[in-house]
Amino acid sequence: MRTLLRQIYDPVYSKWFRAEWEGLEKIPTEGGALLVANHAGAIPSDAPVIMHGIEKELGRPVYGLADYFFRTVPVVGTLWSRAGGVSANPDNAYRLLHDQRQLAVVFPEGTKGPSKSFTDRYQLRRFGRGGFVEIAMRTGVPIVPIAVVGSEESMPVVFRLPALAKLIGVPYFPITANFMMLGPLGVLVPFPAKFRLRVLDPVTFDVPPDQERYSKSRVMDEVENIRTLIQETIFDMLRDRRSIWFG
Amino acid sequence: MGRRVLVTGADTFWGGRMIQALEGDPDVDMILGMGSSSPSVQLERAEFVRADQTYSTLSRIVRATQVDTIIHTFLVVDSTLVRPRVLHEINVIGTMNLLAAAGAAESPVRHVVVKSSTLVYGSSEKDPNTFSEDEPRSSPPRTRVERSLVEAESLVRDFAEDNPSTTVTLLRFANVLGSDIVTSISKNLSRPVCPSVFGFDPLVQFVEEDDVVRALEFVTRHQLPGLFNVAGSGRLPWSEVASICGTHLVPLPPVKPALALRPFIQLGLFDFPPELESLLRFGRGVDTRRLVDAGFRYRYTSAGAVQNFIRSLRLRRSAGHRPETYTYEHDVEQFFRHSPSVVVRGGPAPPGSFGPGGS
Repeated sequence: MRTLLRQIYDPVYSKWFRAEWEGLEKIPTEGGALLVANHAGAIPSDAPVIMHGIEKELGRPVYGLADYFFRTVPVVGTLWSRAGGVSANPDNAYRLLHDQRQLAVVFPEGTKGPSKSFTDRYQLRRFGRGGFVEIAMRTGVPIVPIAVVGSEESMPVVFRLPALAKLIGVPYFPITANFMMLGPLGVLVPFPAKFRLRVLDPVTFDVPPDQERYSKSRVMDEVENIRTLIQETIFDMLRDRRSIWFG
Repeated sequence: MGRRVLVTGADTFWGGRMIQALEGDPDVDMILGMGSSSPSVQLERAEFVRADQTYSTLSRIVRATQVDTIIHTFLVVDSTLVRPRVLHEINVIGTMNLLAAAGAAESPVRHVVVKSSTLVYGSSEKDPNTFSEDEPRSSPPRTRVERSLVEAESLVRDFAEDNPSTTVTLLRFANVLGSDIVTSISKNLSRPVCPSVFGFDPLVQFVEEDDVVRALEFVTRHQLPGLFNVAGSGRLPWSEVASICGTHLVPLPPVKPALALRPFIQLGLFDFPPELESLLRFGRGVDTRRLVDAGFRYRYTSAGAVQNFIRSLRLRRSAGHRPETYTYEHDVEQFFRHSPSVVVRGGPAPPGSFGPGGS
């Protein structure tokens, strides 16, 4: 199942998005590490691009930590978990990073990232409540920030229908440019924006692992540092970008 | 001096199995089975008393027999077996009365073992992939059986706190499959069609019935205090369980699946208790390292339990049901145990124990 999904996705990764990496050598080749990236596009393509990309380039699987909501959606939830998705539960993250020493990717913006409209593109939202830093401290693994450019344009959110979202019980209900141009097909087809990903220097924390609690102010400081780091890098990458479609 | 053990639910599958296992243990002097109807298996030397779960009977039994160990197997974990009211009476009130009797002043009870279920963790989208023993459930209990088990467990915890000198062991068993046990899951799997929820293929975990009895025996013998998960290692997708068992999955609508199924449930074509619905969506996994670290060795993995189940099911299909040869006859059993005319063979019996009865 997983191999099949990967085979189907590979042309999307290399032909459609033509994803290009910078600084891949900064991702540890063994031991656990928590990858942290920005999240965008109504149905965000950054997650599969990162997960597939790293496994393709480095041969290490990456587990995606996602909202609980994913598990409640028929078909999607099952496919997602078969492809390497895991509920973003602190206990799951601890097991993955500490006990199994794997790579995990998390998008601290959560649903606030993909649900923001196109006018706010590349403006990072709040980075949650810092759970990702706490789990990295607890497991003693480094955080590797990744800046992604291209995801915003792959599925731009024109406006949202909060009332409808509430009615059917989803976190947000976006009307995308894809949907307006392609109709129902637009739910599945992202625009072929050029994806560029830059891996930043790993962040380590000199705190003892396996503590019950960590200083909240220290955690929030680190969260803000990482957020600023990714934000600055994105702006930097956007300054150099000549075309949305060709990079 | 050997141990004196009281087993509840002696008329149920687990009580009967547990008594049979204890009868082979020479360290156990006396076994008293308690149940509300006649035991379904043949007992060699255990005494059986038919009693309900009211407090006065229980405390009299405990005082009169001076039991030092209580094994509480009589917790119902499948809501298709009994009516909702009875479920509450058995799980909550029965446990409450039993623990009250065990905690009475000058009580001889030193060890209490309770057989609970991983149902207390529930099954929801917010769950971790594997629950360790100390993890709380992530959603409030919605089904009756879960509510009653959570309540029973909290009674057990209170008891452990109030009686620090008594060892309290609480075992949480995953869904059981095996050669003899009949549960709503095993009934579903033994039919040509089996329910599933459309678009969901949860990972489920099983424990083999022999491992259940062995785990109960293990904690009883070693007097291990605390809370343990008991489940075969590994989890497997529901679709794979179905294909191993050679049954076809019928996808139910993801919205209100039980409603669509109601006519079929009433016809007896499916078993679909409410606690199964969330399991078929989100599955459940538990961490079994604590009991393994304590020295317990499983005979079967999750997949092994499924294999064993289907192998014995195939045998039953080919060779027919084994005839039920045993019916409990009170006077006959009493005669074998207490009549001076019965010659006890096989060496001198230690005082206070009962020789092997005739069969």
